[in-house]
Amino acid sequence: MNATERDLESTVLEPLVGLGRRFLFLAGGLAVVVLIGVVAYATQLAEGLRVTGMAATLNKQMYGIYIINFVFFIGISHAGTLISAILRVAKAEWRLPITRMAEFITVVALSVGGLMPIIDLGRPDRILNLLQYGRWNSPILWDFFSITTYLFGSLIYLFIPLIPDLALCRDRLAGRVSAPKRWFYEVSSVRWRGTPRQWRSLGTALTVMMVVIIPVAVSVHTVVSWIFAMTLRVGWNTAVFGAYFVAGALFSGTATLILVMAVLRRVFRLHGVIKDRQFTNLGFMLAGFSGIMLYFNLNELVTSGYKLAEGEGFFLDSILVGPFAPWFWAYILGLASPAIIMLIPKTRSFWGVIVASLIVDIAMWIERYIIVVATLRAPQMPYTNLAEYFPSTAELAISLGSVALFVLLIAVFSKLVPVVSVWELRHERAPEPREPEAVPAGPAAVRA
Amino acid sequence: MPGLPKALAPSLAPMGRRTLFQQMARAAAATAVVGAAGPAQPAAATEVDPGSRLRRWVMVVDLRRCDGCAGLGVPPQCSQYCNWGRFVPEGQQWLEVYQRGLAPDAPSDAVGYLPAPCMQCQNAPCVNVCPVGATFHAPEGTVLIDQSRCIGCRLCMAACPYDRRFFNWGEPVQPAQVKETTYNVLTQTPAFRGTVMKCDFCTDRAAAGGLPYCVEACPREAYWFGDLETDVATNGKDVVKLSKLLEENEAFRYKEELGTRPRVYYINGHGEEAPRATAHESAFLKDRLEWPWREINEASA
Repeated sequence: MNATERDLESTVLEPLVGLGRRFLFLAGGLAVVVLIGVVAYATQLAEGLRVTGMAATLNKQMYGIYIINFVFFIGISHAGTLISAILRVAKAEWRLPITRMAEFITVVALSVGGLMPIIDLGRPDRILNLLQYGRWNSPILWDFFSITTYLFGSLIYLFIPLIPDLALCRDRLAGRVSAPKRWFYEVSSVRWRGTPRQWRSLGTALTVMMVVIIPVAVSVHTVVSWIFAMTLRVGWNTAVFGAYFVAGALFSGTATLILVMAVLRRVFRLHGVIKDRQFTNLGFMLAGFSGIMLYFNLNELVTSGYKLAEGEGFFLDSILVGPFAPWFWAYILGLASPAIIMLIPKTRSFWGVIVASLIVDIAMWIERYIIVVATLRAPQMPYTNLAEYFPSTAELAISLGSVALFVLLIAVFSKLVPVVSVWELRHERAPEPREPEAVPAGPAAVRA
Repeated sequence: MPGLPKALAPSLAPMGRRTLFQQMARAAAATAVVGAAGPAQPAAATEVDPGSRLRRWVMVVDLRRCDGCAGLGVPPQCSQYCNWGRFVPEGQQWLEVYQRGLAPDAPSDAVGYLPAPCMQCQNAPCVNVCPVGATFHAPEGTVLIDQSRCIGCRLCMAACPYDRRFFNWGEPVQPAQVKETTYNVLTQTPAFRGTVMKCDFCTDRAAAGGLPYCVEACPREAYWFGDLETDVATNGKDVVKLSKLLEENEAFRYKEELGTRPRVYYINGHGEEAPRATAHESAFLKDRLEWPWREINEASA
């Protein structure tokens, strides 16, 4: 083991020792926000959904901020697949330090996002009816199964490449961490000894999972969009939705990954491992998705706006020049911003990419807001007393709580397991092949 | 959907599902519209055992006769009787009368009225998207909801192109006596919090020889209730051949282009056959519809 490798190891493993006051403050603060959300949900359980802003709209606005957050979180979850599967398939080496964070985000975003439709249910006590009476004809069932499949697949895909690093924690941190943590490393490293057979199994498992997870991920956001697109509603009834949602998911997923990466790099002082290059590379990907997203929007708006079928005019009016125009144009500007930022050499930097990512995440939330609220506002029957939806305090508290839960889970995760993949990075740093007997196969076999 | 979904089984026990509907069909055959139309349909009645035939309920609304009860100075009586008779929870209008311009961009500001019950679509978007089979096609063609199974996801509401579904956001307000009854899927009583409700065509009343509340209530006789199977329709006063009624008046279905194939037909018009108001200024009084459940509960408490 040379000096750089020792450096890498200590940089990555050191944060796992102890908790630190900063972490406790952060985790405590987040836990309080989560708790407020839990209390708000308890009120909602007691009072029914009448505590939401939807109730005041006389059944015209049957979905609100919960479903907006649902689509948003599920969108973010695509970070993992993109980075760790698609780029792994493409053998893009610069992804190595960020794969684990991407998979973190996937698992956490899916868990939090998956809660949202349950929170939105009128009868959460009957959720098992989905299993008992589930009908394959319903997009909700497609979602239920595709999201759970994706969650379990992502957990496996997060866990498999973690094994050698968990074994490393077990071996290196044995005397320095608390007993429960030691027990955790002992159990979770599943008796990893780094034998050639184990390396071969790891390699096979990773290869299988990275191929399997891509279609699963694409299916997830496609069927999320089909919840909307399987209806006859203006603004939802369009074939572009599947592809549009998948692209939007990758877009916001990448942006979120960039933000989480930046925070973790700073907190854990990983500047030696995660270079600015990773950020600019992801920035270029964002810029690419800008173009794709603008293209999808153009397709959707032009094909409906040209013909102005019944109801389309009302909807387009409301988003282009009407009450939703500020939202809509902010969204369009947000879509374009990564492309603009990456185009100008001066802003093509770490901070440029961070700003672009923030804008993208906000813009993509707005997009989902328009998709849910502005479309449902378009009247389907001859009435003029339009329903205006504003989220209630309970809805806002639950939404903030869900965001806090997302951050909290990531923070806890980052204190439990190495946030970068040590064994994968080591390989990249020591490419020269050693004696096959001395280091039998090792990570090299996995890479090959 | 082959046969009846399991949905009905718990709520209709101990009577078997099939038996129940056979009985309903027999009861309907014996007493309802067929009975009224007896002389007109002698051949059909002898040809087929009426008990083996299932109704195919339809509703026809003659818009020529509908003035939204504006000329009578009362709220639309169809909606009002529906509310009263079906114990519709506060704020919901299972049958809503919409006021609309005669045509988009029409030069006049004259209005017509569009009473909208549940369209009981044959290709029902709501039934298609329900994840648990809580809303389903009953054998007689109506779309029903089993509120003891509904999980409250509201996708049926998003899918309905006619806005004909309603959600109990909080605890639905109904008379205490209704709340105490055993759940019945045909009448949707009592109403449960967190579940979806809608117009059910009052098929329990039809089975007992009656007519839906809206049909009975309409002071203009604008509503016809009928059965495609025996080709009969009645507005509570006259009995006519349903197919003839539809054909001769060029009946249409609302948003036919969507392919939902509703079981509610309209005869186009704008209340021109409704007697004009003379004594008072005519006004559409939908705002005065009432759901008197709180008052009833307070009075009995």
